[in-house]
Amino acid sequence: MSMSGIGAPVRRKEDFRFITGKGHYTDDINRPGQAHAVFLRSPHAHATINRIDASAALKMPGVLAVFTGDDLAADKVGGLICGWMIHSKDGSPMKAGAHPALAQGKVRYVGDHVAVVIADTYAQAREAAEKIVVDYTVLPAVTDMNAAVKPGAPVVHDVASDNTVYNWHLGDKAATDAAFAKAKHVTKLDIVNNRLVPNAMEPRAAVGDYDFGADSFTLYTTSQNPHVARLVLSAFIGIAPEHKLRVIAPDVGGGFGSKIFIYAEETVCVWASKKVGRPVKWTADRTEAFLADAHGRDHITHAELALDDKGKILGLRVNTKANLGAYLSTFSSSVPTYLYAPLLSGQYDIPAIYAEVDGIYTTTAPVDAYRGAGRPEATFVVERLMEVAAREIGVDPAQFRKKNFVTKFPHQTPVIMCYDAGDYNASLEKALEMADYKNVGKRKRESAKKGLLRGVGISAYIEACGIAPSAAVGSLGAGVGLWESAEVRVNPIGTVEILTGSHSHGQGHETTFAQLVSSRLGVPIDNVSIVHGDTDKVQMGMGTYGSRSGAVGMSAIVKALDKIEAKAKKVAAYVLEASDADIEFKDGKFSVKGTDKSVDFPSVALQAYIAHKFNGQDLEPGLKESAFWDPTNFTFPAGVHICELEIDPQTGVTRIDRWTAVDDFGEIINPMIVEGQVHGGIAQGIGQALCEGAVYNKDGQLLTASYMDYTMPRADDVPSYNVGMTQTRCPSNPLGIKGCGEAGAIAAPPAVVNALTDALGHENVPMPATPHAVWRAAQSTIAKQAAE
Amino acid sequence: MPVVSMTVNGKAVSADVDPRTLLVQYLRENLRLTGTHVGCDTSQCGACVVHVNGAAIKSCTALAVALEGANVTTIEGLAQGGKLHPMQEAFRENHGLQCGFCTPGMIMSAVDIVNRKGNKLEEKLIREELEGNICRCTGYHNIVKAISAGAEAMGG
Ligand code: FES
Ligand code: FES
Repeated sequence: MSMSGIGAPVRRKEDFRFITGKGHYTDDINRPGQAHAVFLRSPHAHATINRIDASAALKMPGVLAVFTGDDLAADKVGGLICGWMIHSKDGSPMKAGAHPALAQGKVRYVGDHVAVVIADTYAQAREAAEKIVVDYTVLPAVTDMNAAVKPGAPVVHDVASDNTVYNWHLGDKAATDAAFAKAKHVTKLDIVNNRLVPNAMEPRAAVGDYDFGADSFTLYTTSQNPHVARLVLSAFIGIAPEHKLRVIAPDVGGGFGSKIFIYAEETVCVWASKKVGRPVKWTADRTEAFLADAHGRDHITHAELALDDKGKILGLRVNTKANLGAYLSTFSSSVPTYLYAPLLSGQYDIPAIYAEVDGIYTTTAPVDAYRGAGRPEATFVVERLMEVAAREIGVDPAQFRKKNFVTKFPHQTPVIMCYDAGDYNASLEKALEMADYKNVGKRKRESAKKGLLRGVGISAYIEACGIAPSAAVGSLGAGVGLWESAEVRVNPIGTVEILTGSHSHGQGHETTFAQLVSSRLGVPIDNVSIVHGDTDKVQMGMGTYGSRSGAVGMSAIVKALDKIEAKAKKVAAYVLEASDADIEFKDGKFSVKGTDKSVDFPSVALQAYIAHKFNGQDLEPGLKESAFWDPTNFTFPAGVHICELEIDPQTGVTRIDRWTAVDDFGEIINPMIVEGQVHGGIAQGIGQALCEGAVYNKDGQLLTASYMDYTMPRADDVPSYNVGMTQTRCPSNPLGIKGCGEAGAIAAPPAVVNALTDALGHENVPMPATPHAVWRAAQSTIAKQAAE
Repeated sequence: MPVVSMTVNGKAVSADVDPRTLLVQYLRENLRLTGTHVGCDTSQCGACVVHVNGAAIKSCTALAVALEGANVTTIEGLAQGGKLHPMQEAFRENHGLQCGFCTPGMIMSAVDIVNRKGNKLEEKLIREELEGNICRCTGYHNIVKAISAGAEAMGG
């Protein structure tokens, strides 16, 4: 391993600009003559719009225009789309209600977009927005999924009169029923997976800029996938054809899924820049982010696990209601279906699984992918069931998991996935060791002496990452292919530019991708630059989500580098006057086998461009190659996290004492960055378990719309993490990478809740387990202890 | 509109501003110092922390007109003579940042913690002191390490 190649904890190349305040985020961009957009949002969860009177607003100083849904419709601007078709059990397609960028006749959640004001300054636009008079007829709200499906409930979209988008299922019902019929023990659990707001620290923003001379648009926006944004804005929404629309996602301050989607605001800004003839900028404030960014999770589930008399799992039955909010966001339909149920086998050999999922409309913000997307919800179901089942049959939870682990690979689950490689025992053993699991009883007794309740919880998670292959996801209803592209441009002096369809919004691609190139071509990482996030520079790419930049994005780079090497060998053969077959490439040097004749990579690059040593008809000059990579399978990162905590039953305060994470991510490019990803994911998972919860009241008002009301985990809510690794190579991509971005957020919530319930001695504690909730839960524990 | 003058990063500056202008807007929009970020509207996230007359404040919570004559240091003014501040170095060395959005505020707060609490900082104290700075990416682990290392380095 070299100091900067694959496997080295290289310090990040991108950091210099961030630590000196020289990053370029969307809100840092200002275009000459720029105007500002402010959206008038619905104060009601559900209402018809009778009339919008903007006359007073239009007279306010600095106001250039006020636009409503009618203006978009008049310009034939299409609605926002959901790009994944789900079919119900009966084969009927999902019921997708129209999703105009600005409301047409009706609003369906608090924060829904009613109109946009464009003015010289932000303050002027904001003041004018308050002068718009909207005549609403308020309709009853429905925020609770169980209420939404009751007959007579308020109807969110006429196309779905029972507010049900789909009744979907996966697995073999008959086989699962048969498994339960012969079960010795059945564990049953009712689970609420709490609604979360992603809360990337950089709020969403957009600057639309129309060039009259070229008749083309540029959109600067906070996107995880600028090409997908361009495709949707062009092919579906109809802003402009793709060659007349450039989308730039510069530095992006975190995404976690929420910046995958194509929202109303960027659609309106880019369209309006032509209407008003000036660049139009919008930046969300945090309240808007709470109201109108796509939320995450929000499931209600009943699950049952069937065991035989030896504690082996026979079957799993799951029934889930998933809140999809008021409109179907870009990929929302896939999250509680194909990103969820196929993971319900966990790390276990389960012969029969049957899952039913109902997607429900409510008058709340749209719900879509948030870090992990479906897989945290599945893991929560499986790992809570495993823990409770072990307790019910009186077996150590670690041993119970071991007994049921998948041990032979490849392993075909009953729910689509074929696990290709793993060693689940190795991760569990290592985690138990690192967590000093065997002495937990002693530590519990010590806590008890102080009047504290100590608990330990295990979570053995698996996830499917990469989100591919294209043909496979296509057969499941995806509207796009999920490959990735790369282009390698070697310059005449041997420096290298990598143009990638992946997008970095904190992942450190400028470093890890350069490490790959450095390892392959022997050039220093400082001579490699990574270009991403601009549809005019980079060929079509699919972007970053689902932990796919390593497994899929870097695989595309590898494929392009293979072509570079092959071409460079031909050039080297001319330079060294040997045959191509005799050229070897190692450590940045081309040499003739069995001789001491060699030439270094930069010299070959120069020769490729000056083209003096070969005939341009026999070999094309230049050294630039591109590649598209489509994987052969999903990847399956897996691991074990163990949470150990103490509860003070007098105050309900939970303190996490130790966190152990052992993950198998396959090959690792930069362990420092991988560990950082694990840390961040764990904190988000702890946030879900202990702090965070989006709450709507029955009128559909979001009660948690600021950091005053929605608890983001702070530094003193989380512990230091003890992170270890095991490794099995991923067989479905050339680098053997599985992906690491979502693991922590997937693993952590059940680890925390399993630890809490272990400490409490009963299963009744909700997420988020706030001090109040824990205090209430601890009262029965104290009463029981007093009685004993 | 009132003219507001201050010293920002050692330079005398002045601008004609709407009296409602917040310090963060003055910095970002009038002076185009965009390293100071806005992450919330309730004064909780700390992405906007700068130093005013040597102490950390949230620049989203101060009116520019109230700071006439003040001496302001932003993230752009922390490195001196082309050399990174030890706290900046420590964040890079310890991978204390991912997306970088919270980072300027974190670093400015971290320097302030050291100014107030000294160069030997316990983990628990660092975590408590970070109450007013939210990071969504790092899980804080490496930020805490970075601040601890940066504090020692600031001691020379
Ligand atoms: S922007 Fe100042 S605290 Fe959030
Ligand atoms: S590094 Fe992204 S919010 Fe802290």
